[in-house]
Amino acid sequence: MGVRRRSGSFVLRVNPILCDGFGHCAELAPELVQTDEWGYPILRSEPVPLTDAGVFESARYAERGCPRQALHIHRISEKKPQ
Amino acid sequence: MIPPNSLPRLMHAASDRPLTLAQHEAAFASSTSRTSLLDELEASGLTGRGGAGFPTAQKARLIREQRGHNKFMVVNAMEGEPASHKDQTLLSANPHLVLDGAEYLASMIGANNIAVCVARDNPSVVNHVGRAIHERTRRSLRGPKLELHTPPWRYVAGEESALVHWLDDNESLPQYRPNRPHILKIGHGPALVDNAETCANVGLIGRYGAQWYRSLGTAATPGSTLVSVTGAVDHPTVVEVELGTPLRTILATAGADPDPQAVLLGGYGGSWLDGSHLDVAYDNESLKPLGVSTGAGVIVVLPKSACGIVETQRIVHWMANESARQCGPCAFGLPALAEDLSHIAHQSRDPRGAHVRLVERCAVIEGRGACRHPDGVIRFVRSALDVFANDFSNHVRGSFCNGTRATRHFATVPSLEREEELVWE
Repeated sequence: MGVRRRSGSFVLRVNPILCDGFGHCAELAPELVQTDEWGYPILRSEPVPLTDAGVFESARYAERGCPRQALHIHRISEKKPQ
Repeated sequence: MIPPNSLPRLMHAASDRPLTLAQHEAAFASSTSRTSLLDELEASGLTGRGGAGFPTAQKARLIREQRGHNKFMVVNAMEGEPASHKDQTLLSANPHLVLDGAEYLASMIGANNIAVCVARDNPSVVNHVGRAIHERTRRSLRGPKLELHTPPWRYVAGEESALVHWLDDNESLPQYRPNRPHILKIGHGPALVDNAETCANVGLIGRYGAQWYRSLGTAATPGSTLVSVTGAVDHPTVVEVELGTPLRTILATAGADPDPQAVLLGGYGGSWLDGSHLDVAYDNESLKPLGVSTGAGVIVVLPKSACGIVETQRIVHWMANESARQCGPCAFGLPALAEDLSHIAHQSRDPRGAHVRLVERCAVIEGRGACRHPDGVIRFVRSALDVFANDFSNHVRGSFCNGTRATRHFATVPSLEREEELVWE
């Protein structure tokens, strides 16, 4: 695995075309995912810092647990000081 | 050559037959070779005419910087908006001007294929374009390869990723693009997609230069544009106007109702504009403070006798049916919006609840599709909630306006097809 960078933040993103609304993500990462009335995920859009290990772990569970492989974690690196 | 300050430009020398190549070259004068077309295009300040209004030069530059031997220039004449007829009019008047522009753009980005996409439901335009391409290939086989493509006519089939998907894989379905700007590809070749009217404008800029082009229009939005005016008008027309013309003047040329309740600008994913704002200049810069845009150049005039909610409901119902049904929020959300609107528009048990649900669902669905189709519908519904706020509160209280039971409707909506009959490939 190597050393994982713990600076920066991430957002969970969904490919809406692949998503079929199984709802596993809302079970696995309730702090990031809510479902709408049709069972499709509404994801938290503001970035979560990577230092928030618990949230990141559940995001990874959600990503791995999605039956359609529709979720992915998008990392946002911190801006370098100029 | 067309004198700098005059209209028509795009419809120059138009008659009821499309111009042949010889007639076209006689009318527009043969093209002079310019050293740097892309800089000229950048100086002209041309923005896309397909709806988004993105600067054409910036888009072309992005594709030019891409690697690839097999780039594509795609001319989008799909015209998904039922109320828009501009591409059809342009291609039946002068297909060669559009092809000129496509060739200029192809040379800018280094493309060796040009794909002209016309919906197959419009056979006369397909014929005109086919004949024009044949004329060109008979004259010379040099330059990029010209091809005519005829995807099925669907609202979202004209969306750029859906169009590229069709050219790539024969399916008119939008693609998921998480990171913008996204380079659309056909096979491995990057593709530049531009509207037919944009290409025609590029054809003019390539001939006469940026300075000539800027002699019409405002500083921020130069040039002229084609506008389709329908609804409560004497004669539905496509007119070419200078950008920055007052909206009232445009409506007068089509013989529209001088005192309308509202006008729909941009298309069915556009917004309603209250009838009191008719003196605004018709260009994106002046329309932006009012929360509307020129979009695809559609104007639908709604008279005082009509019910705005019923018209909105009919359009949303059709737009919901035109969803590609790929993304859940769009496939389930848009029919739900149409349902709520019909509960408000017509007699129902709980119009108040429907109104609350409508507002909530707009917030839930927004921004959750792969393409901008649901966002367009939501912008449209929100503008209706805003412009027809009085009517909405009346309907919710149970007092319906006179237009509710009228049999005449003003926004043209194609007949609905059943879901299994929709053709996507």
